[in-house]
Amino acid sequence: MAIDVRVTANMQKHLGGERSIRANGDNVRDLLADIDERFPGFHDMVMTDGEIHRFVNVYLNDEDIRFLNQLDTALKDGDVVSILPALAGGL
Amino acid sequence: MLPLGDDVRGQMIAHAREQFPKECCGLLAGVGGKPVKVIRATNSEDSEFRYRVDDRELLRFLQDCDDNGWDFLAVYHSHTRSEAYPSPTDVRLAGNWPDPYYVLVSLVDQDDPVVRAFRITDGEISEVPTGDEASA
Repeated sequence: MAIDVRVTANMQKHLGGERSIRANGDNVRDLLADIDERFPGFHDMVMTDGEIHRFVNVYLNDEDIRFLNQLDTALKDGDVVSILPALAGGL
Repeated sequence: MLPLGDDVRGQMIAHAREQFPKECCGLLAGVGGKPVKVIRATNSEDSEFRYRVDDRELLRFLQDCDDNGWDFLAVYHSHTRSEAYPSPTDVRLAGNWPDPYYVLVSLVDQDDPVVRAFRITDGEISEVPTGDEASA
């Protein structure tokens, strides 16, 4: 199952310099694990204690997976997953 | 160099004033290093002390950049009680977004807002000149 995974410029550096990569997984959890196998360290950029990091958003075809089935969100051929860190700051 | 010009500067100051005493935030799209569009964003923290560009608006902005051939040039936010300089939290969270400029609008002196721009790379802050020439 081929999923198109799009990441930010900063994340590209950890994914072989590509703006988007193809990865496999029946759900988001498996997809992230597949990417981490090829690019060790990726998992820790996105996950904390088994959950998506508070300051990272994962979108499936523009829908935040937190409002779908989170890491168990099912994927199908041709889906587009975007991984986007939050843009934030403060005192 | 991030040439802001009076128009862009004025739009950001107006946004900051409207949101006062809460922090405002927004995005600058650019072409060739010059801003072409100021996009006001919702501060999803809705706070006097923190900002977070609404996640969905950020996603949409990046898609708009792709569609229009824009670069994600800068993110701006206001400091209502402190100077126009990145806070430790600004620096810590900038690690995920090292490429855009960070523009700070300070309303400490509401009659004379201060706008400054920075690079935040690997935790290091460096100010960049913004020029006076109109560019938007």
